[in-house]
Amino acid sequence: MLGFRLPPIEPNDVFAPNAFVRIGRDGRVTLMMHKVEMGQGTYTSMPMLLAEELEVDLSQVHLEHAPPDDKLYADPLLGVQSTGASTSVRGAWDPLRRAGATARAMLVAAAAETWKVEPGSCRAAHGAVIHGPTGRSLGYGALVARAATLPAPRDVTLKEPNDFKLIGTPAKRLDAPSKVNGTARFGIDVSVPGMKVATVAACPVFGGKLASVEDSKAKAIQGVRQVVRLDDSVAVVADHMWAAKQGLAALDIGWDAGPNATLSTADIVQQLAAASQRAGVVARQDGDPARALAGAARKVEAVYEVPFLAHATMEPVNCTVHVRPDACDIWVGTQVPAFAQTAAAKLTGLPLSRVRVHNHFLGGGFGRRLEVDFIRQAVRIAQQVASPVKVVWTREEDIQHDMYRPYYYDRIAAGLDERGRPIAWSHRIAGSSIETRWVGDLFPKNLRVIRAGGIHRLRAMIKHLDLDAVEGAAEPPYSLPNIRVEYVRQEPPGVPTAFWRGVGPTHNIFVVESFIDELAAAAQQDAFEYRRALLDGSPRARAVLELAAREAGWGTPLAPGSGRGISLLHAFGSYVAQVAEVSVSKQGEVRVPRVVCAVDCGVIVNPDTVKAQMESGIIFGISAVLFGEITVKDGRVEQHNFNDYRVLRINEAPAIEVHLVKSTEAPGGVGEPGTSAVMPAVANAVYAATGKRIRKLPVKPDRLRSA
Amino acid sequence: MVTLSVNGKVHTVDVPPDMPLLWVLRDVVGLTGTKFGCGMALCGACTIHVDGQPIRSCVTPVAAATGKSITTIEAIGETPAGKRVQQAWLDLDVVQCGYCQSGQIMAAAALLARKPRPTDADIDAAMAGNICRCGTYPRIRTAIKQAALSKAAWGA
Repeated sequence: MLGFRLPPIEPNDVFAPNAFVRIGRDGRVTLMMHKVEMGQGTYTSMPMLLAEELEVDLSQVHLEHAPPDDKLYADPLLGVQSTGASTSVRGAWDPLRRAGATARAMLVAAAAETWKVEPGSCRAAHGAVIHGPTGRSLGYGALVARAATLPAPRDVTLKEPNDFKLIGTPAKRLDAPSKVNGTARFGIDVSVPGMKVATVAACPVFGGKLASVEDSKAKAIQGVRQVVRLDDSVAVVADHMWAAKQGLAALDIGWDAGPNATLSTADIVQQLAAASQRAGVVARQDGDPARALAGAARKVEAVYEVPFLAHATMEPVNCTVHVRPDACDIWVGTQVPAFAQTAAAKLTGLPLSRVRVHNHFLGGGFGRRLEVDFIRQAVRIAQQVASPVKVVWTREEDIQHDMYRPYYYDRIAAGLDERGRPIAWSHRIAGSSIETRWVGDLFPKNLRVIRAGGIHRLRAMIKHLDLDAVEGAAEPPYSLPNIRVEYVRQEPPGVPTAFWRGVGPTHNIFVVESFIDELAAAAQQDAFEYRRALLDGSPRARAVLELAAREAGWGTPLAPGSGRGISLLHAFGSYVAQVAEVSVSKQGEVRVPRVVCAVDCGVIVNPDTVKAQMESGIIFGISAVLFGEITVKDGRVEQHNFNDYRVLRINEAPAIEVHLVKSTEAPGGVGEPGTSAVMPAVANAVYAATGKRIRKLPVKPDRLRSA
Repeated sequence: MVTLSVNGKVHTVDVPPDMPLLWVLRDVVGLTGTKFGCGMALCGACTIHVDGQPIRSCVTPVAAATGKSITTIEAIGETPAGKRVQQAWLDLDVVQCGYCQSGQIMAAAALLARKPRPTDADIDAAMAGNICRCGTYPRIRTAIKQAALSKAAWGA
């Protein structure tokens, strides 16, 4: 049960052995939920980890949003309290099971003391402690007072995987009932007493400023209350969104376009192409690729390009804020509650303790809600409004003022020996560094991020290597004896960039897996067999590749105009292989009727969630490979809404089969690999169907037209 | 003043006649289960029923619904089709972020009320206007078929 609306338990009546667990005298177990739910199933998988060791049924665990607190709730992999980068299960795997086991051990000790028996003669099950020899039992609620007086054990033994009762079983999503009957509350659904609704227009040109506003017509509209001017935007505050929208449309706004007034995508690509001629920071160097290339029997070279992408979460960007002289409240759905708090504290000058963040369900995240640009904007607006104000962006504002997946420009080359095997591999990536901007923005939290990343990340930062930008490229799973991977940082003027589902690998796996396909074709070998022969050193990768190929019927005939493409990914601690089938019409229209996906993500917590995340990632990735493209002209984004920023619809969605590999390896991430792996699978399938290689996304029908 | 019948309850609201139903429901009546996604009838998140017909409330002026019966996600479970759709959604764990699901369920319920045994083509035609960024489409399709499967609920 999700219990967010229940009143907090009185502190005196609660057993709180650590930051994650609260057990009341009524036996109610509360998990202080440090991760957010944006569809990926954390509100189910996190309670499963706790309940498994606490020995309570999943239905007994209530969730309460943890307050922003990096000391207590930072993800061990990220260093800050953040939900992203497919880290939730990986990061919480140990701490949450340990939290449950610690609480359980203390409750058992409390029962043993009560009965004056040996703790070893007692066991816990279904929220109670049972004394084996006598069959006596006490519910957790009856034990909390005594348990709270006991010292927490220094060390606890965690269950062996064979003893898991919950982990590995397909638990139903705990958030589903409220999401099918309309009662789930997203940030945009917030309503607080006295609240007004605002909508906003930022300068349509990146980096431009507000010059003038004539607002008399807007103010005459029924329901419009106030016009708020910021340096780069203007907002209309009203009784409801309709009046705010009407008011915004009625404003006569003068913009100062600034230095990016003539910027276009072509300018940005030209800069990236030039940057990719420069030597970059070395991310990987094994052997002597230059020499191996010079001596190769055959050389293959290519340039790959991937476009800017918007996140287009179904819930448009929004944030509700109430600023008073002594406090600030924020109601929002955010992946980064602690950054939201810090950002608001900086703007208002209030201490952190006076800034409260009330987090909500996220109507999609995909990296968009890792950013606090819109929270800062809402706070700045709220500073000028006497009442609480809900700032809601229109879809057009959401598309045109997103922070975009960067445009990347890759030069890649390989040398093949007489048998067609790659003996040299050279890959240079040019593009924006989101990590540098993100970590820099976080000061002083960046120290935490660096500490969590360890010496590897610290060393990379010192030499200005963005590890995210090269993830999936620096360490392909294949045997590549001579390899050099470089990164050149080149920022697009004015265009803000951000993480997007699949982060570095979404770009790099597309390039690497498309290029390895090119090598197989150059060697006149089967794309699956060619990869397989290079995987002697990576049995888990080979196993998923073989599984996907087998289940897809690799090698069996398809209808004319159709093709199969394969891809392999090792990222986020998981291994994924996919086979996509496409059909290409004479007009060049691509359809993807079927995708087969094999996953080895180590220990599986909730198998149904793993399947759902693969389905989700695959469809998200197909939207990008077939349609996704943000372009810039005159310093402005050219797309507006779902009419010109197309995403996949149900009539275009493939049948998806997901096959899970049983494993006892450490858990890997599942939110993002599906997206990263499907893009090259589709592009390679297009090649198989048409003989045309896709080196630039999205796939354009006019390049594939045959009639 | 406009008088509306929403989920069997009458509301009298002081709004301009051209105000879209979406904002009347969300910001005035206070029923937030109906979602804003695009404002241009492109994504289906705002789907509600007016006299049993699925419509995009973001582009439907409130004046067009006076004297008619409005049903939203909050009450669709009281209709036979809506109840079956919600149950199938739960059985198959369709939802992810959940934001589009109100609209998906309203569109699916309207489809089943009209066509108790829809084909794949019927599902495509009825559901193609509803976008889901989490990619729950395969489960939506299966859930609609499951909701359609047992005839008993249709009073047959």
